[in-house]
Amino acid sequence: MRGDTGFPVRLKFSEIGKVRFISHRDVARAFERAFRIAELPMAFTLGFSPRPKVSFGLALSVAHESDAEYLDLELTEPVDPESLVGPLTDALPEGISVIGATALADRAPALQESVSLLVWDIEVTNRAGEMPDTLAVARLAAAVMATTTLPTARTRKGRETTEDIRPVLRMIEVRGQGECGVLLRAELSTQPVAVRPGELVAALDADLVELRSRRVAQWIERGGARLEPLVADQRAEETARAS
Amino acid sequence: MSSLWPRIEPLLAGVEKPARYIGMERGSQAPEHGPGTVAWLLIYPDTYEIGLPNQGLQILYEILNERHDSVAERAYAPWLDLEGELRTRGIGLFSVDTHRAASDFDVLAFNLSAELVYTNVLNLIDLTGVPVRAVARSEEDPIVIAGGHCAFNPEPMADFVDAFVIGDGEEPVGEVSGVVAAWKRGGRVGGREAVLHDLATVPGVYVPSMYTVEYDGARLLGTTPRYPDVPKTVDKRTVADLADWPYPKNQLVPLIEVVHDRLNVEIFRGCTRGCRFCQAGMITRPVRERPVEQARNMVLDGLRRTGYDEVALTSLSSADFSGIDGLVSSLVNDSTGCPNVGVSLPSLRVDAFTVGLASEIQKVRRTGLTFAPEGGSWRIRQVINKLITEEDLYAAVDGAYSQGWRRVKLYFLVGLPTEMDEDTLGIAELARNVVEVGKRYTKQASATVSVGGFVPKAHTPFQWFGQNGIGELRRKVNLLRDELRRSPAKVRWHDPEATFVEGIVSRGDRRIGAVIERVWRAGGTFQEWSEHFRLDRWTTAMAEEGLDPDWYVTRHRTEDEVLPWDHITAGLHRDFLWQDFQAALAEHGLPDCRWTPCYDCGVCTDYAIEHVVASPVPPAGGSQGTGQDLSTGGSVPIVLGRTPAPVPAKVNDLVPSSSSEAVT
Repeated sequence: MRGDTGFPVRLKFSEIGKVRFISHRDVARAFERAFRIAELPMAFTLGFSPRPKVSFGLALSVAHESDAEYLDLELTEPVDPESLVGPLTDALPEGISVIGATALADRAPALQESVSLLVWDIEVTNRAGEMPDTLAVARLAAAVMATTTLPTARTRKGRETTEDIRPVLRMIEVRGQGECGVLLRAELSTQPVAVRPGELVAALDADLVELRSRRVAQWIERGGARLEPLVADQRAEETARAS
Repeated sequence: MSSLWPRIEPLLAGVEKPARYIGMERGSQAPEHGPGTVAWLLIYPDTYEIGLPNQGLQILYEILNERHDSVAERAYAPWLDLEGELRTRGIGLFSVDTHRAASDFDVLAFNLSAELVYTNVLNLIDLTGVPVRAVARSEEDPIVIAGGHCAFNPEPMADFVDAFVIGDGEEPVGEVSGVVAAWKRGGRVGGREAVLHDLATVPGVYVPSMYTVEYDGARLLGTTPRYPDVPKTVDKRTVADLADWPYPKNQLVPLIEVVHDRLNVEIFRGCTRGCRFCQAGMITRPVRERPVEQARNMVLDGLRRTGYDEVALTSLSSADFSGIDGLVSSLVNDSTGCPNVGVSLPSLRVDAFTVGLASEIQKVRRTGLTFAPEGGSWRIRQVINKLITEEDLYAAVDGAYSQGWRRVKLYFLVGLPTEMDEDTLGIAELARNVVEVGKRYTKQASATVSVGGFVPKAHTPFQWFGQNGIGELRRKVNLLRDELRRSPAKVRWHDPEATFVEGIVSRGDRRIGAVIERVWRAGGTFQEWSEHFRLDRWTTAMAEEGLDPDWYVTRHRTEDEVLPWDHITAGLHRDFLWQDFQAALAEHGLPDCRWTPCYDCGVCTDYAIEHVVASPVPPAGGSQGTGQDLSTGGSVPIVLGRTPAPVPAKVNDLVPSSSSEAVT
C-alpha cells in the first residue's frame, strides 16, 4: 500500500462458519460496507470513479475458513489501529472478525507479493465419507514428504494439465482426528503455483477427499525468518498513532 | 423441529453460489417459535438474488416479527442443483434464517409478482412436502397464502393457494395471523374448512374454495360465494397513509450480489398517470406520498445502518413525487446528508425536468439513462395515455447527452390496441432521431431500443383487448429490426413465446390451474429464465386440458363478458374501465388526477380515501404533457452544458455492469 499522503493500516481477520460460503469478492464488499458503517476516514483514489484505497491479500476460496486473512487500507488521518477492531467486527457479517490491526510502514510491499507461505488445516475423509485410517494417512503424508515429485492433475482455465506440486509442498503431517475425518496440517508456498487444499488431498491419494479446510496462518519470509504479516511491515515509529 | 443446517451444510460445497442458502444478512432475524405464535414462511418463488430485494416481502417480515402473535422467516427457490440434492436426500424446503423445515411453519406465504413464477410456487409447495392441490391438504398442513400484484387475478392459482391477500399487505397480515392463531389455540376445531371460512371474512382476503365457479361451455357464468357471510366481491386493502408504515426499517443487506443491490426507500405508493396498459398504476390507486422528512430520515438511517453507498427512491414514477426537489437537494447538497453516496430514481419519466433531476443526483459516471415512451407515435401514445410528445423526448435526450450521458435506453411496447405498422416504424424513427440528437454531443452516441410484447392485464382498461399472437409480435419486432439494421440504435426484444404464455396466465380462469400443474409436472420450473422456458410444454398442457390458447390470449372480450376476476376489485368501476377503453380507441388522453379534478374512477370515492401528497405544489414538468403545466410554469429547470464534477460517488465498484445505469 502506497502511503504517500495517508495513513496505511493492515488488518488481520478470521472467517469462520457459514460465512465461509461467500466469495472473496463478497468479503471485499462486506468490508467496504463495514468501513462506511464504522465511519472510517477512508482515503479515496483520484479519478472519475473514486474508490477507497483498500488492497486485499490472497483470495480465500469459497467454502474455506481462515484464522488469518489480511487486508491493507489507507486512512486520511491517524487513528489508533486497535480502536478499529471492535467497531469493524460489529459492522461485518457474523463469522468475520477483525482480530488485529497495525499501522503500516509507508510503501510497504503488497500482501499478495510478500506473503510466501500458507499453513492449512485440512480434514479429510474417504470417498464414502467415512473416517480413514489415521495411520494410513500418516504413512501417505510421510511418503509424499520423502519423494521429490508429486505430479497432480489440475484444471487451469478450463484445461486439464498435470503439474508437479511437490516444490510447493513444504510440509504435511497428520495432526489427529477431527469430527468426521483425519486432520492434516500442510504448509504450502504461494509460488510458483498456488495449490488448493483439495488438489493436495487428491494428489495424496485418490480415495481421500477434502471435507473442510481452514487457513491457520500466512507468513512473510524474509532473510530466513517467518514474519507475521501484521508485524512484518509495521510502522517503525508511532507517528501513525493518535496521541 | 430443529435446524436442518447440519444436513444442508455438506451439500453446499458442491452447488453454485452456496451463499444463497446461508442467510445471515444484516437485518435478518432468528425469531423464537412457540406454540402461541403463528409462524409465517415468506417465500419468493425465484432465486435468492431475484427475491431478496423484494420490498413487499421485507416489509411483511418486519411487521410479522414485531407482532407478539407471529414470527416470520424467509425462503427462496433453491436452484436446480441444490433442489436435486434436497430431493435425493429427502430434505425439504427450508428457511434461510434459521434453516427450519418449511413444513414446520403454520403459513407458507408466496409473493406473486409475475405469472411465469407460478410453476415454481407449485414446486416449492411440493418441496415442502405439502400436497400442491389445496383440496388434498390436511389440517396439519401449512396454510398456503399468496399476495402481490398477480393476486388481482387469482383464478389460475386458485387450486393451489388457500387464501389470497388482495392489495397492500401491511394491515391484513396481522388479521390473518389473528384468525390462524385463534384456530390453533382452539385445537383446530372444524378443520381446514373452518379456518378458511374464517379467513374468507377478513376484508381483502379471497379464499377460492369458498366460491363456486360456473361455466356454460367455454363461457364463464360467474364466481359465487358458497356461504352467506363470504363476500360476493373481495375489495383490495389499501394503506391510507404511508407515513404510518415506515418499513422496512432494517432493510436486509445480502452478503452476495443481488438485483437492486442498494438501499431502497419507497417515497410513494400508487400512480395516477393513468397509463392504460399499466396494471400496477391502476391497482395501487390512490397516490400516497411519504412525508419528505420521513423519507429523508429513512434514507439517512438506512445508509448509516447498511453501509450501502447507493439509495434508490422507489415508486412507480419517482419524478412525480411532489416533494422530489426538496428531498433530492437535501440529500445531495447537504454535507451532513449523503457524502459519496449515489442516489437513483428508478422509473424516470420522459422530460427535461427529470434529466435535470438526474444530473443533480448522478454527478459521476453518467453512462446510461432509460426512458419509456412506450409507443412509437403520438397517436398510439394517446391511445395508451402515455402522453409524451416527441419534443419532450428530444429535450430529455438532448439534456442527457449535453450533460455527459453517452447512452440512452428506450422502452417500448408492441401489440398495443389500434396499433398499425406506422406506429411500430415510429419507434425506429424516434430511435434514429435520438441518435442524431446525441451525435451533436458525441460521436459514440447510441441508443438501445427495448421492445416488449404487450400483455393485457386484469383491472386495466385494456382487459378486454385481444393480445397479439406470437407471429404478429415477431413480425413487428422484425419490422423494427429491419428498419434499424444500419442504425447505431440496437434493438432488444422480449421473447414473443414467453409473452404468449404470460397472456394465457394473466387473464386465465380457474381452468388454467390444471395447465400450470401439467407444466410443472413436466419439469417446467424457472420459466422466467429463458434457458428453462419452453413454449411446447405450455401448448401441450393446454391441448391435454382441451383448452384453446387463442381463446385466452388473442380473443377480444365483449363488454358483457363475465371476466374471471370480476369478483375481485381494486375499486376501479367496471364502467370507468370500459369508458377509458373506449376513450383509448378514440385516441383521447386523460390527465393525471392528482392535480386535476377527479374523474371518478371509483377508488377514492368507494374507499373514502384520497391522494396524500408531500407538497401542495406539483413538481415541475406538468402533468403528462397534456398542455396543463401545473408547475411554476415556463421553462424547465435544466442546466445545460454543466460539466460533471468528479465527486466520489461509488466505492470500489467491483462490477461495472448494469449498476452504472441511472435507471433500471
